[in-house]
Amino acid sequence: MQLQSMFFKQRATEKLGDELLQGNMRKAKGKFVDGRAKAVAEFGVWEEARTHAAKVRDRALANLDAYLVEFERKATARGAVVHWAETAEDACRIIVDIAARNGVRKITKSKSMVSEEVNLNEAFEAAGMQVVETDLGEYILQLAHEPPSHIVAPAVHKSKEQVADLFVAAHGKPRLTEIPAMTREAREALREHFLTADMGVSGSNFIIAETGTTLTVTNEGNADMVTTLPRIHCVITGIEKVIGTLEDFASLIRLLPRSAIGQTIANYHTLTTGPKMPGDVDGPEQMHVVLVDAGRTKLLGGAMQEMLRCIRCGACMNHCPVYQNVGGHAYGWVYPGPMGSILTPVYVGLENARDLPNAATFCGACAVACPVKIPLPDLMRKLREQQFDRKLRPWPERVVIAAWGFAVTRPALYALLSRIGARVANWMGGRDGLIHALPGIDGWTKGRDMPAPAGRTFRDLYRQKESGRP
Amino acid sequence: MSARENILARIRQAQGRPGAAPGEAELASVREEIARHEIGPLPPFAHAPDRLAQFLGECERLGTTHARVASEADVPKEVARYLGSQGLDRRVAGWHEFAGLDWAAAGVAFEDRPAAKDDATGLTGCFCAIAETGTVLLLSAPDQPKVTALLPETHLCVVRASRLLDTMEESFALLRAEVGEPPRAVFYVSGPSRTADIEQTIVIGAHGPYRVHAIVVP
Repeated sequence: MQLQSMFFKQRATEKLGDELLQGNMRKAKGKFVDGRAKAVAEFGVWEEARTHAAKVRDRALANLDAYLVEFERKATARGAVVHWAETAEDACRIIVDIAARNGVRKITKSKSMVSEEVNLNEAFEAAGMQVVETDLGEYILQLAHEPPSHIVAPAVHKSKEQVADLFVAAHGKPRLTEIPAMTREAREALREHFLTADMGVSGSNFIIAETGTTLTVTNEGNADMVTTLPRIHCVITGIEKVIGTLEDFASLIRLLPRSAIGQTIANYHTLTTGPKMPGDVDGPEQMHVVLVDAGRTKLLGGAMQEMLRCIRCGACMNHCPVYQNVGGHAYGWVYPGPMGSILTPVYVGLENARDLPNAATFCGACAVACPVKIPLPDLMRKLREQQFDRKLRPWPERVVIAAWGFAVTRPALYALLSRIGARVANWMGGRDGLIHALPGIDGWTKGRDMPAPAGRTFRDLYRQKESGRP
Repeated sequence: MSARENILARIRQAQGRPGAAPGEAELASVREEIARHEIGPLPPFAHAPDRLAQFLGECERLGTTHARVASEADVPKEVARYLGSQGLDRRVAGWHEFAGLDWAAAGVAFEDRPAAKDDATGLTGCFCAIAETGTVLLLSAPDQPKVTALLPETHLCVVRASRLLDTMEESFALLRAEVGEPPRAVFYVSGPSRTADIEQTIVIGAHGPYRVHAIVVP
């Protein structure tokens, strides 16, 4: 996916003025948030399950190399070929090579965010191969030549009318606007592709060290087609996806669909281990697993490692007041919302995503919703600190923060300055007690007034109260 | 240096472990962690007092219909009844384990073969079923083609009440005890295929079956 994260402010402003998008986002919001709340209330031991899920993820991440080597050993013993890709380009090269070596002409894909990261579709197309996205949302976006705007519901920004127009252009049939009929039309178009593809590419929600298993979780059943029907199955996944056991999978999967859309269980869990076995009448002849780094090792070994627990449920963005208003495309890369505001700067460089760690109100809703307890606001704050240290923020902001830092560590000076500041701000408020313009930071007062302070600092008022004077 | 060596070395360096790759002792300790098969906290409904009622209730939530019959010999009759009630052809591609039943008497054309793209109805058994979530578990094997549960618009699944478990964790334990390593495909099916990708509106029948009907035998 083309990197646009450096243009967050501009794109967010555009999205806020986009009436159609605003309407589509409003419709989605309630369904995600209410659905999750209901499922969590029903669950009974949600907090205990979150704590356990975080532990399960931490356990594998703490010895990531050993877990990966164990996964590789088990998968290889079952006849899968495990490949390692350091970069996005390496991942594409490995997969396109597998396809070319086997005379592949058509590829069906089930949803994979890693494949969006590495631009796999473009690599297939550049090699003259046809690639078809089969998740309905991803299929719609492939027709629209757009990237996904949500990691679970990729076409959440589109209305059914917009989808209907795309289907008319692609399928050449009469325009349908009833969602079930539109879904059937897409089903029929995609069924042909499932049956004629030479290679299936899937992501993997987790990979299991115990058994060498990769797995996909879907509601549509497209991943089952993609992993069963073509003669080659290729999995592309991040190195952080490894977990220990099947039991760990059971623990995590109780949280994933509930957090994502309030569903108790996804319709299909497809666990695949190696290629077709002797006597099997279905299944691929070859199975490949491509383990991708592409920036993940940069998160290891410090506070940022917690981010790698992420199980890609989308709850953080569903609950984020910024995401709810600007949508996923504003973030300018594969991962939107709070998790994207951390992953994007780390994967593509902080200098290419300066606004993302600041695209937050720090309300903390994301951290509460996260099923694996990632302290998302804390991690964004760490990125802000790095920005300051690397001088990536505008100089006036850095000067103000440096000056504030100087004052706040000197109590007497701070008391004096804040006393003056409170008086000045009170005077600026004038008769109505509202500040209409703030010199230097007029962005803040462009759309609202700032209530003026009372004219005396908290510390003065507190001291007065303690001394008992009126 | 290969990509594999580089990635492993980068992980170890970032996490402050010496050497370029995990040693035997580290791998042994990972295997020990795995061998514990630790089970996480379970929700209260994971061990329901009436397991069958929990299973059937969850099936209904997911849109899986169900019927109970007295014995496996009654399966063809139930298949005929169900297909008739849905206005579907009494023609079924099914797993080999059901080939010996008296299909002719029930007026159903049963074909002992994997379902193909034009089959309307597939009949499968299952390795076990899970009450917590209303799920059936299918394992790939020569006589158990997965396509039969996937390609047709209607999936009929015979569930043995004696093989009904509480949780997914119990299904893994059973898999280890009876099969050992998982076969190529382990397939958890919970209701008919669905999507909500257009305006978050749930539509049944995305790529897999529109209808899943569980036939519960003792």
